[in-house]
Amino acid sequence: MTARSVGAASDPPGRAVTPSFWSRIWTENGPGYLFLLPWFIGFFGLTIAPILSSLYLSFTNFDMLTPPQWVGMDNYVRMFTNDPKFYQSMRVTLLFVAFSVPLKLAFALAVALLLNRGMKGLPIYRAVFYLPSLLGASVAIAVLWRTLFAGDGLVNQGLALIGIQGPAWISNPRYSLWTLVALAVWQFGSPMIIFLAGLRQIPQDVYEAASLEGAGRWRIFWKITLPLLTPVVFFNAIIQTIEGFKSFTPAFIISGGTGNPVNSTLFYTLYLYQEAFAFFRMGYASALAWVLLIIVAVFTGISFLSSRYWVHYDN
Amino acid sequence: MTTDTGLTVVRSATPAWRRRLGSVIAHVLLIGASVLMLYPLLWMLSASFRPESEIFNSHSLIPSSVSLHGYISGWFGLSRSFDTFFLNSLTISLLCVAGNLAACSLTAFAFARLEFKGRNLWFALMLGTLMLPYQVTLIPQYVLFLNIGWVNTFLPLVVPKFLAADSFFIFLMVQFFRGLPRELDEAAMMDGCSPWRIYYKILLPLSLPVLTTAGIFTFIFTWDDFFGPLIYLNSISTYTVTIALRTFVDSTAESNWSGLFAMSILSLVPIFVIFLFFQRYLIEGIATTGMKR
Repeated sequence: MTARSVGAASDPPGRAVTPSFWSRIWTENGPGYLFLLPWFIGFFGLTIAPILSSLYLSFTNFDMLTPPQWVGMDNYVRMFTNDPKFYQSMRVTLLFVAFSVPLKLAFALAVALLLNRGMKGLPIYRAVFYLPSLLGASVAIAVLWRTLFAGDGLVNQGLALIGIQGPAWISNPRYSLWTLVALAVWQFGSPMIIFLAGLRQIPQDVYEAASLEGAGRWRIFWKITLPLLTPVVFFNAIIQTIEGFKSFTPAFIISGGTGNPVNSTLFYTLYLYQEAFAFFRMGYASALAWVLLIIVAVFTGISFLSSRYWVHYDN
Repeated sequence: MTTDTGLTVVRSATPAWRRRLGSVIAHVLLIGASVLMLYPLLWMLSASFRPESEIFNSHSLIPSSVSLHGYISGWFGLSRSFDTFFLNSLTISLLCVAGNLAACSLTAFAFARLEFKGRNLWFALMLGTLMLPYQVTLIPQYVLFLNIGWVNTFLPLVVPKFLAADSFFIFLMVQFFRGLPRELDEAAMMDGCSPWRIYYKILLPLSLPVLTTAGIFTFIFTWDDFFGPLIYLNSISTYTVTIALRTFVDSTAESNWSGLFAMSILSLVPIFVIFLFFQRYLIEGIATTGMKR
């Protein structure tokens, strides 16, 4: 095929000179690829190549001083058969996600419903409830939490006022994880904003029709509001769950980087960090990262599959 | 979509007095919840101004005497003073904002407005990295940055932003660019405008809202970032505020609570200022895209 014949087929009409094959390829594709150049460097250099090398490293022992040694499936076998800390970190993370996400969404939805009743002062309330969620991820807030829930902290002082002797929340393995759950739930502001936006999308006439037919508020919520809101619930649940799996800073700060007491706050991310950057077991840490990727992918996949049965879409 | 007019009001057959009562109850609930939500923050603010001896002995939010001791002893509480750490955090955050805005808008422009072979494939691959947990690329990236001598500099934190590593913001900008009328670029193209001029002279000036949103979120995420500085910065002269606070907790906290709280409060000030001035962008950004905060 000659350059001319390819050019003739798709040349826009009205061009005086038919440019050569290569210059046409360039004018049609060049600018696009030039604009993408920074992204290409990042995509291949910082994403694709690292993904592939971490897959490779997950089958090796690698301490960064000597070259990686191929050990086959050893890392994965050890993880599932001979590593109590792996199971513990998995358990802690799943517990954290399983409690913090539903509680957070329940608070977010309840407050959004209250605010959506045409409350006066909505912008102020919204700002107040949003603020913790904006600030909450910072080290400063984790520091604050650590002191609030300390044995002689504000929480126990408050409890003492009503005659309850609170435990040392942070240093007691029975309660330490729950302080982190409380910290996550305290940050219900951003899903609340998403719920508020979703509630606004529900057409007014649906409510009017329902109340004309004499449906009470409770019934309207279960039969109309909630089903129409399921896409937003789904969206929030996915985002918050993935965030929950990735959570790191609060557990690190509150436990001083250890995941203690008795590994009760050893989040998966924290365990991975320790393996990689405290013990320099980079191969094992890579295997942990791949297991995390698979868990997140499987979870997301199942959620999307299940969404067909409970998420209500208009069309 | 998030303006404060046009609220949903369920008008039902309930009598007026019951609606009023309902609204009073709702306000009481909301005010109670607001107090509970803000109390920890206000307590920390007040603790930062208290004399050391009073911090854990008072629930009242108003200190008996205002003391700046925490701010002074905190500022000089580590072997370097906090101006180093604030300057480092600010430098990194502003560079990341610049990098993200420049690189993500270039990329998004190509995906949203230019025709080229393979565009849909690359776009799908870009979307595929949206939900990738960062742990999967973490270790090889660390090894790479270590080998080229970038560990203990700001480069590993900043350079990826100039390479559009944040797919989320690319996606955000693509959505926005697609909403701008195509006739604009077509007319400019007819007049012989190059793609670069269309991007720079036409699209960017129209994209201030999305650039603002992306800018403030990048700033907040970077300012708050703990993990990145934790692994890449290990000498105190390069510490960010987040790492300095962590060091503070580990070294002197038990003896200098007011200093720790004072520095914690200061570390939140930039985010709070953004909250005051850009709240509309924050709320719209979250409402339309589900941004993480």
